[in-house]
Amino acid sequence: MGKYGTIARLHARLEKKEISCTELTKAYLGAIGKENGGLNAYVKVTPEIALDTAAKVDAKLAAGESLSPLEGIPMTLKDNISTKGVETTCCSRMLRGYVPVYDATVWKALKAQNAVLLGKTNMDEFAMGSSCETSCFGGAKNPRDRSRVAGGSSGGAAAAVSAGLAAYALGSDTGGSIRQPASFCGVVGFKPTYGAVSRYGLIAYASSFDQIGPIAPSVEDAAFVYDAISAYDSMDSTCSGSREPVCSALGNGVRGKRIGVAKDFFDGVRPDVAKALADAADVFRALGAQIVEFSLPPVKYCVPVYYILACAEASSNLGRYDGIRYGYRTEHYADRNDMVCKTRSEGFGAEVKRRILLGTYVLSAGYYDAYYKKAQSLRGAIVRSFDAAFRKCDVILAPTVPTTAFPEHYAAKDPVETYLTDICTVPANIAGLPGISVPCGRGGDGMPVGMQLIGPKFSEAALLCAANQYELAARETATGATGTGVGL
Amino acid sequence: MSYEMVCGLETHVELATKTKIFCSCTTEFGGEPNTHCCPVCTGMPGTLPKLNRAVVEYAVTAGLATHCEINPDAKMDRKNYVYPDLPKAYQISQYDQPLCRNGWVELSGGKKIRLTRIHIEEDAGKLVHERGNTFIDYNRSGVPLIEIVSEPDIRSAAEAIEYLEKLQTILRYIGVSDCKMQEGSLRCDVNISVRPKGSIGLGTRTEIKNMNSFSHITRAMEYETGRQIDLLESGEAVAQETRRYDEKTGYTEGMRGKEDADDYRYFREPDLVAIRVDKAALEEIRSRMPEDPQLRLARFKRDYGLPEDTARRLAERRKIADYFEAAAKGRKDPRAAANCILGPIFARLSTDAEKDEFRINVPPENLNALLKLLDEGKIRSSQMKATLEKMLDTGKPASAFLSEKDLAGVSEDDLRKICEQAAAANPDAVRDYLGGKEKALKAVLGAVMKATRGRANPQETEKILTEMLQKGKPVELP
Repeated sequence: MGKYGTIARLHARLEKKEISCTELTKAYLGAIGKENGGLNAYVKVTPEIALDTAAKVDAKLAAGESLSPLEGIPMTLKDNISTKGVETTCCSRMLRGYVPVYDATVWKALKAQNAVLLGKTNMDEFAMGSSCETSCFGGAKNPRDRSRVAGGSSGGAAAAVSAGLAAYALGSDTGGSIRQPASFCGVVGFKPTYGAVSRYGLIAYASSFDQIGPIAPSVEDAAFVYDAISAYDSMDSTCSGSREPVCSALGNGVRGKRIGVAKDFFDGVRPDVAKALADAADVFRALGAQIVEFSLPPVKYCVPVYYILACAEASSNLGRYDGIRYGYRTEHYADRNDMVCKTRSEGFGAEVKRRILLGTYVLSAGYYDAYYKKAQSLRGAIVRSFDAAFRKCDVILAPTVPTTAFPEHYAAKDPVETYLTDICTVPANIAGLPGISVPCGRGGDGMPVGMQLIGPKFSEAALLCAANQYELAARETATGATGTGVGL
Repeated sequence: MSYEMVCGLETHVELATKTKIFCSCTTEFGGEPNTHCCPVCTGMPGTLPKLNRAVVEYAVTAGLATHCEINPDAKMDRKNYVYPDLPKAYQISQYDQPLCRNGWVELSGGKKIRLTRIHIEEDAGKLVHERGNTFIDYNRSGVPLIEIVSEPDIRSAAEAIEYLEKLQTILRYIGVSDCKMQEGSLRCDVNISVRPKGSIGLGTRTEIKNMNSFSHITRAMEYETGRQIDLLESGEAVAQETRRYDEKTGYTEGMRGKEDADDYRYFREPDLVAIRVDKAALEEIRSRMPEDPQLRLARFKRDYGLPEDTARRLAERRKIADYFEAAAKGRKDPRAAANCILGPIFARLSTDAEKDEFRINVPPENLNALLKLLDEGKIRSSQMKATLEKMLDTGKPASAFLSEKDLAGVSEDDLRKICEQAAAANPDAVRDYLGGKEKALKAVLGAVMKATRGRANPQETEKILTEMLQKGKPVELP
C-alpha cells in the first residue's frame, strides 16, 4: 500500500471500520453539494445510486466479508460513458434526456465491484475541446484557480478529483482529454494503450483514438483503477485487455531505465513549463535512470493528422443524431428532412459542427486523397517513428501541455491556436500508445505543470512504475488534493 | 441499326445465419416490429459491432462455389448516408477489399457470367407507412447480406434470369441462403446500357434499383432497353442515372441523376479489425462444402445412367440429390429410385417451395429397403408402387404393408413345376408359340402369374418358359 494512495487509504479505513461506506459516501455527497455550484464539475449527481451501493458495502462489512480494492470507493464517470437508467448526455443539447438502456463495459465491471457512483462529470460537448467550455452546461472551473478552466475534454473529472469531490474518476482521451485536464488541475491522468480498455458504451467521438482511463490523485490510484477496467471484452473487437496487472509492478525501480527526451516535444513550450520538465528529468537521473536525447520529427505533423482523422471519424460517428430515436428533436418542422436538419442545427454546438464539417470535407470525393488518405499514411509513419524511438529508450518524457491551465474563454477565441496546444498529447493517440500525466511542480503563474510519460504499446506496468517512482521522489512539489473537498 | 443490351447485376442475398452480422439477435423473418433488435443493431450511442464469424464463412463458401479468389486480408468499411432506416447513418460494408473477387457463374449453354466481387454488409431496417404516419422496424437491421456484383456480361433478360436462377441454385445448394425473392432475401439492382451490335465500347448505363421478382426484372430490362434505343435512335443521349421500376405500368422512371449521386465517404470501419482468412480456414470451409451442383449433375448422368432431364431435376436441389443418392445406394437400377422420387414423391409436392423444403416422411433408407425387395424379385413393380404410396401416407416402413407371404416369393423349383403345369394346361398356346407366334407365350405366362397370385417374377418366368419350350421338353405335345 502506497503512502499517497487515496483508494488504498480509504479501503483500509473501510475494512478497519473506522468509517462506514455510507458515512464516506455522505461526506463526498456533502462536499459535492457545497463545492459543485462553484466548480461545475458534476453535471449530474446520483445520491440514491451511491447510497444504495454504500448500504450493500456496509452490509458486507457487517457480515465480516473483505472488500475488493475498489469496493465502496466513491467515484465518478465522465458523461460520455453509458450508464443504464442514468441520463448520459455527452454534455450536448443533442442528448439531453437520453437514458441508455445498457451499461458501458467499464461501468459494468466497476458496478460489479460495488464502486460507489457519485455522478456524471462535465466535459466538452462530445469530448471535442480542450477547456470543457463547449459543454452545454457551461465549463468546469479549475479548483486551483477558478478564473481558469479545468481543461478538457474530461474537465469535470479532473476538477472533481482535484477538489476532492471523488476518490477517482473515469475519463476518456481521444487527443489528450484525460491527460490535459489532469495536468491543468494538478492530478494524475492516465490514457492506456488503445485496446487495453473496452470502449463498449463509450459514446464515440473518434473511434480509432478514443480510450477510457482513470483520473486520480496518485499514480497508485490510477493503477488500481486500470487493473479493474483493463479486461478483454468480447463486445469490443479492438479490445484485447491488459497484458499484465500493473499494481504489483509499481515498486520496481527505474535504475538503468532509459528515459527519452525528444526535443520536438519542447517546440513552443512555455519556458517555465520546460523548466519544470527539466527538473523532472533531474529527478529521474537521481533515481538512477539515464536520459537519452533524440529527435522525433514527425511530432510536428501530429496535430493536423489528428484533426483530419479524428474529425473524419467524428463526422460519421455523429451522423446518427437525427432526432428520430432518442435525444433532442426540434419542435417545429415541415418534413423529415427539415426535422433532421433543424434538430442537428439546434442540437449541436459550434465546435461539434466545426468538426463534423471538417470531417465531412476531408472524406469527400475529390478531397479524400489530399486529406484523409495522406493523413492516414502519415499516421503510419508516426507509428513507425515511435517504434524506432522505443529502440533507443524505454519511456519518453514530455510536457503534457505546453502551458498551464488557460484562463476562461481563451479557447473560444482562436480554435486553431487551441488545437495547437494538443501537440504533446495527440501523438500517443495517433500511435495508440499509453501516456500518463503526473503533476511536476508549478509554472510561473503558480498553476500545476504536468509531466507526461509515454511508453510502447501495452507497457503499462513499466510506464506506471516510472511514473510512480517519480511521484514518490518528487511528491513535495507535486501536491495532491487541494483540500477543498473531503479532508481525508 | 441494330442494338444489343449490355447488363450487369448487383445481387443482394440475405445469408441464412442464425444471428445478425454484428450482434446476437435472431435473423428470423417476420416477428412483431422491433422485437428482433438490441442496442447494437439499433445503433445506440456507444455500442460497437462484433463481426459474426459465420457470416464470413458463409460468404467465403459462396465465393468458393462461384469460383472466386478469396481475399486473405479483407476489411470492413463505413458507407455513410442518411436515411431513417439506417440507425447509425452509415452501413458497415466492404469497399476496396471485398472478401471474394474474380469468380464466374456458368449458364447452361456454357457461357460464363463473370463476377467482379462478393462482399459482406449489413441490411438496414424497414420503413412502414401506416395510419398516415411512418414507422421504423429495425428487425431487419443488421441481417447479414452478401452483394454479388457481376461484370456487364449479360446480353438479354433471359440470360439475366438464368444467371439469377443459377445463383439461387448454387446458394441454396451450399446452404448459405434460402434466396426467397418474395421475402426479400434475394433482390437485385440492374445496370443496363445499349450499344450498336458489333461495337466494343460501353454505352451510358442506368441503374434500376431494388428488383425483387423475375417477371419484373424481365419487363424492366426490356422496357429500359427499348427506352435507351429510342433515345439513341432519335439522336438523344442516355443520362447516367438511377431509375425506379413501376410495377403497375411496367415502365422505369428516373429517381436521381449522376450529379445527385450520394458521396458515401467510405473509410475503414475503425471499430472492427481486419478479416484474415488463412489457408487452414479456407481448407476447412472447402472441406465442408457439398459437391458442386454442375459436377453432381454430370456424375448423376455418368454413374447412374440417368437421362439429362431426370438427372437435372434430381441434382438441382441438394436435399433431393442427397435423398436420391441414399435411396439408390447399392440398388441394381438407380432409375427405379429416380422414378419413385420424380413420380409418386413429387406428386405430393405441388409447389417449388415444397420441393425446396423436401419434407418427406419416408426416410431414404426406407425407400432403399423397398427397392431392395424389388431387386431381389420379392415384389413386383406394381406392388412396389402401391406400397410406396402407403408408406408416403403413413410414414411407416414397407414391412408394415407387405406380409411374409407377399415377400416369400416363389422358389425356382416351384416356379418350374408351375410352368410345366401351365404349359400342359395350355397346349394350343404352346403349339402356336412353337409354330412361330411368339405372342402366344403370354397366355402361358398369364397362367403362371395367376397360379402364383402375381408373386412370380415375370422376367424369370418368361426365361424358364422359353428355355423349357425351346428344348421341346419335357412338354409332350398331344
